[in-house]
Amino acid sequence: MAEISMTVNGRKVTGTVEDRTLLVHFLRENQGLTGTHVGCDTSQCGACVVHLDGKAVKSCTMLAAQASGSQVLTIEGLAEGGELHPVQAAFKEHHGLQCGFCTPGMIMAAVDMIRRHPQGLDEKTVRAELEGNICRCTGYHNIVKAVLAASEAMSGKAKAA
Amino acid sequence: MGIEGIGARVARKEDKRFLTGLGRYVDDMVVPGMKHAVFVRSPHAHAAIKSIDTKKAKAMPGIIGVLTGAELKTDGIGNLICGWMIHSKDGTPMKMGAYSGLATDRVRYVGEAVAVVVAETRGQARDAAEAVEIDYEEMPAVTDAVKALEKGAPQLHPEAENNLIYDWEIGDASAVDQALDGAAHVTRMKLVNNRLVPNAMEPRAALGHYDKAEDHFTLWTTSQNPHVARLVMSAFYNVAPENKLRVIAPDVGGGFGSKIYVYPEEIVCLWASKKTGVPVKWVADRTESFLTDAHGRDHHTEVSLGFDADNRMVALKVDTIANFGGYMSLFSSCVPTYLYATLLSGQYAIPAIHCNVRAVYTNTAPVDAYRGAGRPEATYLLERTVETAARELGVSPADLRRKNFIREFPYQTPVIMNYDAGDYEASLDAAMREADYAGFPARRDEAKKRGKLRGIGMSCYIEACGIAPSQAVGSLGAGVGLWESAEVRVNAAGTIEVLTGSHSHGQGHETTFAQVVASRFGVPLEQVSIVHGDTDKVQMGMGTYGSRSGAVGASAIVKALDKVEAKAKKIAAHLLEADESDIVIENGEAKVAGTDRTLPWFQVALAAYTAHNLPEGMEPGLKEGAFYDPTNFTFPAGCYIAEVEVDPETGHTDVVQFVASDDFGNIINPLIVEGQVHGGLAQGIGQALLEGCHYDPTSGQLVTASYMDYTMPRAGDLPSFQVSTTNTPCPGNPLGVKGCGEAGAIGSPPAIINAITDAIGNNDLSMPATPQKVWAAMRRNQ
Repeated sequence: MAEISMTVNGRKVTGTVEDRTLLVHFLRENQGLTGTHVGCDTSQCGACVVHLDGKAVKSCTMLAAQASGSQVLTIEGLAEGGELHPVQAAFKEHHGLQCGFCTPGMIMAAVDMIRRHPQGLDEKTVRAELEGNICRCTGYHNIVKAVLAASEAMSGKAKAA
Repeated sequence: MGIEGIGARVARKEDKRFLTGLGRYVDDMVVPGMKHAVFVRSPHAHAAIKSIDTKKAKAMPGIIGVLTGAELKTDGIGNLICGWMIHSKDGTPMKMGAYSGLATDRVRYVGEAVAVVVAETRGQARDAAEAVEIDYEEMPAVTDAVKALEKGAPQLHPEAENNLIYDWEIGDASAVDQALDGAAHVTRMKLVNNRLVPNAMEPRAALGHYDKAEDHFTLWTTSQNPHVARLVMSAFYNVAPENKLRVIAPDVGGGFGSKIYVYPEEIVCLWASKKTGVPVKWVADRTESFLTDAHGRDHHTEVSLGFDADNRMVALKVDTIANFGGYMSLFSSCVPTYLYATLLSGQYAIPAIHCNVRAVYTNTAPVDAYRGAGRPEATYLLERTVETAARELGVSPADLRRKNFIREFPYQTPVIMNYDAGDYEASLDAAMREADYAGFPARRDEAKKRGKLRGIGMSCYIEACGIAPSQAVGSLGAGVGLWESAEVRVNAAGTIEVLTGSHSHGQGHETTFAQVVASRFGVPLEQVSIVHGDTDKVQMGMGTYGSRSGAVGASAIVKALDKVEAKAKKIAAHLLEADESDIVIENGEAKVAGTDRTLPWFQVALAAYTAHNLPEGMEPGLKEGAFYDPTNFTFPAGCYIAEVEVDPETGHTDVVQFVASDDFGNIINPLIVEGQVHGGLAQGIGQALLEGCHYDPTSGQLVTASYMDYTMPRAGDLPSFQVSTTNTPCPGNPLGVKGCGEAGAIGSPPAIINAITDAIGNNDLSMPATPQKVWAAMRRNQ
């Protein structure tokens, strides 16, 4: 068993877990944060993407113990003060989700993508960057639209600030 | 239309919970005392089970129970069944082999469940599952349906001689043969419709809970139709009577057909919960999903299409072998018959059609309906054949189609269907305009300068949705009716709850159904809630598949709304001291037409529940239910045009433009309808270019059992789509809607393949058109 502690969505948490416990299972089962999903078990689909110390990672691909001492942000911690994050808002406005299962991972990956491209994004880049996130419902059309719109909205905000 | 009513592009009400991680899927459910199940599965495609030894597994840490099929049988749990009876052309009923929830004496595909382990943690259950000792005697396996029919092939079920489940036909064979004999030109093709895995992103899951105090079962399951699941589990599998079984399908992460069926795991989790005394949860991992979710397609077909000297179609002959896998899944039998052969007329006036279908057992996972279900197979063969015919006849594919279009409605095809409305020329014209069809040669020449081979391909599809009048499907062998139910509850303060038997697993019913209600009374959308997916809340329903929720589900809501409106008008007339016929309800109030006398909606509702001042003899309350049975299928249709560029060096295909023009009849929410088309297109393009389920033909092992091996379409594989709609309202239902969920997956595969074969100048190409296959086809030219 491993003793672990980390900050999840701004809150310090601790736990005792089996050594083989994956980060995603620690979040879902120990912390009750079921917004992070498991879709494939082979690091392909990206339904489990969370941010670890500010970077997007697949939480099905690391042990909970490896994340000990880190800052973890999950989909539940993204919206601030009851207002949707611009990426969440763009997904809603552009109908970038249907069944919702890939959505948390998609959004966490998109937030990271926009952060890494402060100069802005184009369609080709967004499609290439989404390589690690699979959606079976939307055909990606509206996801791409939403990410581009969010990128624009966020850079607008950054300029205004 | 109002800003939130029918026709409005409203962002979805249900999105917020999904966007913030608060969706509630089966794997998110926690019940006190809940334990975890892992299934022991066959590693062999075909083997006799000599013995099962669970002793070692039972002694491992955390183990609560290890259960086998023998105990399942002893407890009287019934075999799984196929619920649609098909008779062969010789009049004999289909040959259904026994299908136990846990195999007892023989396994027939890799992944078949043999035993279940229940443990404190999932990890412990997994460890113990590996310690269950099963002595198998391997038998020769066959995975290809054509080979399974050959002499000397391994035999799967004693009930089905030569692995043949049925040999069925439709249409007039001699009229077709005669017409083909006299035809000026006959185009002949051999086509394979590749086997696919549906791959909803949420893996299947089940949580069974037996409550000893009430002698009552609850099942949380990933289902598209929880009521059908309850009916089947009660009536056929003997799990529990309906009044002692509650089935809940909460948020479900996609279905595409694969979550219509009742699977062994759901039955076993319920049974195991009673057996072990603890709630039992099972969640598939992705490889389990690949191995055990019902697969789709897998047809081998020979087709002949005859033309007269004027290029008019005279006859179509189709001979299909359909792979059913190791067992018959719940609705498998109707897919290559009544959902396939009945659509073979496509958009064309073909005087004579005959189709023969042989359904065959093989050592593969069961095959059943997957998005489109039979209609993509029909469209693929017809649209590739028509395009090929145009090339052989030296005429434009658009002109050949146009010449043969059905132009008068209703139109009776030779294969049962009666098309009620359509305008195929309108969608063809719209697609050609949008695609700048006329400008293609210039684009091809420009691509050539860049060293790319550019091709254009077309597909004009028809589909049949809603399925369908209950009496009609009953006469064709269906074990269930295909109506839908609704209940509209107006609460005392005027908010409205709508209970529906449809189930939403991505389709956005919480928004579109609310729009239908909001439109009727002019109440704000947020005052309308849609309740679905729970047999304790909604009495009965038939669920969501076959693009039926709008045409059938929303029609039931409209019927219930009619009754609510009628009663509300009576109440308003009484309170406003006016004649009932002068009352209109709109913009959230009842008013006397032509006057300024009004009554807010909530006061009408309140009056119904205070019952202080109701018309003489009226019962209190404002709540009405309805069942709607469709009068016909609906017939969405459209035209898709794909443009591709092939790299001659590598055989890689880029889809550079994709245009879809669909006639879905009236549209409730264009934003959601477009999303449905996008998703369908991605799955259809996936089938055409990327996806192929592959079993090793000797060992019967599934080679493509993870996302490392089965190529799912990713964002970079697809273009943005150009989608638009035309509209001939459906005359058969009150909203004039037709259904939009499957069209994209039905129409797109032939458009893509027609475009690639146009680009490379070789028509001998099968799906998925991988770079390797395209490259090889190009080499065959030389």
